[in-house]
Amino acid sequence: MSSPTRIDLPVSREVLAGLRVGDEVRLYGPVFTARDATHAKLAESLERDDRLPFGLEGQTLFYAGPTPPAAGRPAGAVGPTTAKRMDGTTPLLLEAGIVATIGKGLRSAEVREACVRTGSVYFAAVGGAAALLATFVAGSEVVAWPELGTEALVRMQLEGLPVFVAIDTQGADLYADARAAWRAQSEGER
Amino acid sequence: MLRSAVTTERSPRGQAVLEQLLENADIAQADSVPVCQDTGTVWVRVELGAEECLCGDVVAEVNVAVAQAYHDAHLRMSLVNDALFDRSNTGDNTPAFVDIAWRPGTGATVHVMLKGGGSDNASRVEMLAPDAGIEGVRRVVLEAVEARATGACPPLLIGVGVGATFDKVAGLAKRALLRRLDEPSADPKLAAFEAELLSAVNATGIGPAGLGGDMTAIGVQVLTAPCHIAALPVAVNLGCCAVRSVTIEVGS
Repeated sequence: MSSPTRIDLPVSREVLAGLRVGDEVRLYGPVFTARDATHAKLAESLERDDRLPFGLEGQTLFYAGPTPPAAGRPAGAVGPTTAKRMDGTTPLLLEAGIVATIGKGLRSAEVREACVRTGSVYFAAVGGAAALLATFVAGSEVVAWPELGTEALVRMQLEGLPVFVAIDTQGADLYADARAAWRAQSEGER
Repeated sequence: MLRSAVTTERSPRGQAVLEQLLENADIAQADSVPVCQDTGTVWVRVELGAEECLCGDVVAEVNVAVAQAYHDAHLRMSLVNDALFDRSNTGDNTPAFVDIAWRPGTGATVHVMLKGGGSDNASRVEMLAPDAGIEGVRRVVLEAVEARATGACPPLLIGVGVGATFDKVAGLAKRALLRRLDEPSADPKLAAFEAELLSAVNATGIGPAGLGGDMTAIGVQVLTAPCHIAALPVAVNLGCCAVRSVTIEVGS
């Protein structure tokens, strides 16, 4: 496999347009953690004000709910949660200015179409590798909704988080394609 | 198990994922950081020796232990007060989900499993007709994997329950996850069925992290039980690559 591409966040849609499904990417810069309850709050806020709160335009969402950090550490264990649960809200958020999302697992056709329409990308991180992924987090601060605990909106500073491009701006889908490709290849070898 | 998998996984991306998981395990151990941020719901099964007589509220004691452990170890609080009407966090990761059963002898065997939400969400129960047979069970397992494995953090450990009743079969599937991977099923018919299911799951190409490859699951473990003449209950409990369980013997 080719060497990973470095992406500095926040990232422009022009840069995202150059990424292709399956590319290995290292992410540097700020992301905002948001999962189930956070998405309900973001959708409410968007509905009320017709724009994203907290300067989220142009930013990247990380579907994650970290463990509390142990004393002296910038982050506890942190890793992706299942993206599918956020699919209902994601097209709205992409239309409103979110440019990329990070999670795990297959997403809906509506999200794929919204990625094409808005020029956004979905990155996949490896689930179950949260001790490793936490080593790529340099710092974090709660931006909003601290009462949500692990579901609060947290600004997290990344230092090279390893991800794969799972849906690119042309709508290619790694979860669907890689599996079919691998199956075809291994059947050929039999 | 995962260590040997890296050498047999043929997909380069699959290998890269498995290497991340191995490095993750090493860091978690060295730095006392959880292997996964989803430190789960706590499921506890107490099998009490039939010669013992136990007074007191075992479930309440388990909850006290869970609250203390989650606080002291900085684990994530992942439970809400009510599924439908109050989704505020309970704040201490209780309640635990507790089964109590009996076994011969003295003392007690205590099983504890921390189970992530993503893999439990990807699980299912189906009530088949008896004539669906082994083929029906195979279909349910493969459909669960095909539909939801990418979000359940493969390589998976797959627990399958067959038999009992609608409410009990899911528990059977969860208990199937407790068996150690290096202990094959004692029943040769069951062991052969498990091996066949594992190879069918791994032929899907879903692979590590769902990003393509050979190793979609590391094991399929099946438990069967009696059931009604009209029934063939099947449950599939997907266990993620970070499924955590331990079995402790107390006082026997």
